[in-house]
Amino acid sequence: MEYTDKVMEHFMNPRNIGEMENPDGVGKVGNPSCGDIMELFIRVEDDRVTEASFRTFGCGAAIATSSIITEMVKGKTLQQALEITNMQVAEQLGGLPDTKLHCSNLAADALKEAIEDYRRKQDDPNAE
Amino acid sequence: MRRIYLDHSATTPVHPRVASVVNRYMLADYGNASSVHSFGEAARKALIRAREQVAGLIGAEDREEIIFTSGGTESDNLAIKGAAWYNRKKGKHIVTSAGEHHAVLHACKALKRHGFRITEVGVDSEGRVDPDEVADAIEDDTILVTIMMANNEVGTVQPVAEIAEIARRHEVLFHTDAVQAVGQLDVNVSELGVDMLSISGHKIYGPKGVGALYLRKGTRIRSQQHGGHHERNMRAGTENVAGIAGLGEACALAEEELKFRRSHMIRLRDRLLDGLQESIEGLHINGSRDERLPNNANVSIAGVEGEAMLLGLNAEGIAASSGSACTSETLEASHVLSAMGMKPELAHASVRLTFGRENTEEDVDYVLQVFPGIVSRLRSMSPLDY
Ligand SMILES: Cc1ncc(COP(=O)(O)O)c(C=O)c1O
Repeated sequence: MEYTDKVMEHFMNPRNIGEMENPDGVGKVGNPSCGDIMELFIRVEDDRVTEASFRTFGCGAAIATSSIITEMVKGKTLQQALEITNMQVAEQLGGLPDTKLHCSNLAADALKEAIEDYRRKQDDPNAE
Repeated sequence: MRRIYLDHSATTPVHPRVASVVNRYMLADYGNASSVHSFGEAARKALIRAREQVAGLIGAEDREEIIFTSGGTESDNLAIKGAAWYNRKKGKHIVTSAGEHHAVLHACKALKRHGFRITEVGVDSEGRVDPDEVADAIEDDTILVTIMMANNEVGTVQPVAEIAEIARRHEVLFHTDAVQAVGQLDVNVSELGVDMLSISGHKIYGPKGVGALYLRKGTRIRSQQHGGHHERNMRAGTENVAGIAGLGEACALAEEELKFRRSHMIRLRDRLLDGLQESIEGLHINGSRDERLPNNANVSIAGVEGEAMLLGLNAEGIAASSGSACTSETLEASHVLSAMGMKPELAHASVRLTFGRENTEEDVDYVLQVFPGIVSRLRSMSPLDY
């Protein structure tokens, strides 16, 4: 597996692991049959993401992209956070192997889901 | 850092005795076996000796029953396509199993495009083929049955002698891919009753890119490669003398060491499987516990993706492999584990550790020492239960 040092560093020492208590938004992407499941949790204050954490079942790329996006998103406004793309995540890691660019590179999708989840809850405070 | 190679089903290190034989036929006796002069004579002698060594290991009666090829893949292709094309007027139906190596499955798939019909019998949850299902799958126009002797992923050993007997009763040719079995199990073509059997050099401490097909005397197949009269017109092309001499030496070595290798590797395998089962919750042993290749340990660790596990092991110096989609070019989980009916999240969580003659109990203990830590680290970030 031709992973960059940065990918391996995030794989070996992932940041912000684990389920968040009372998160403001949760995004889940992937499914067991494709071999990657990613859960991203965010805390939002004044329209900014103040904290993010993840749980991932997946390969080295899936874990490293989950880990780095929790750092990339911190302090960003929701609008800025929505603009983060899977490609940018891969670039932050110094690139991913070609086969991984399309299968295990889902962190930005999970982030979008989490923000949508947050907004849904804002619109309807009683929604679960 | 300590480095431990536990991927011998992928390939093995070349044994020094094999390397020195290969070296000799590269540097000193480098002649073309078709040449009249003394250089050619030395090469011819090397081929005869290697043929005898291969024949000896698998109990072939006549060394002329051995055809040298470029490896297991070519042997499988030659056997299957060769038998299909030679017998196409008799029938166009082939029986195989869902757990075969791609060299077999894709060779069959290629024949499908030419109007041959392929029946893939299933495997049970341990990867075993049921001989009765093979018998039921045979039709009036079946010309070939091909079932592997031992599975390369989960190590399950198939009841090949029983299936060969069924094929013989129906007067259908029988081929077995014995690439993983040779050098670990007793492989005797007469006792097994097979018509064709594939061998690969690099799985038995020989060189890569060389193999052999055993073709029982009187069995006719059509050559798949055309050119000169090499290998009794069955496989054209200047013989890979150095590689073939190396394959022969590897076979001789396998014959000498067979008993030791089997007991040595069973001991290591069971020590590992027992130890892992004791220390890791939610661990599944894939394949059969009894009908299993001596060197194969294959486990799924619930909640931990296979490639991530391999990276974790690699960081500790341990080389293994996985049936996870993430380790394949097609991005699909192993077809063998899927055929066994395994749930995708467990198939993606599989790790294969395959031993070799040079591994030690200390190697196993080191794996047992670091394995649980890698599992709990990856589980701490996994959303899946175990
Ligand atoms: C069961 C089986 N058949 C065939 C092959 C192909 O052999 P080779 O690599 O020599 O082409 C392999 C090796 O991957 C194998 O394990």
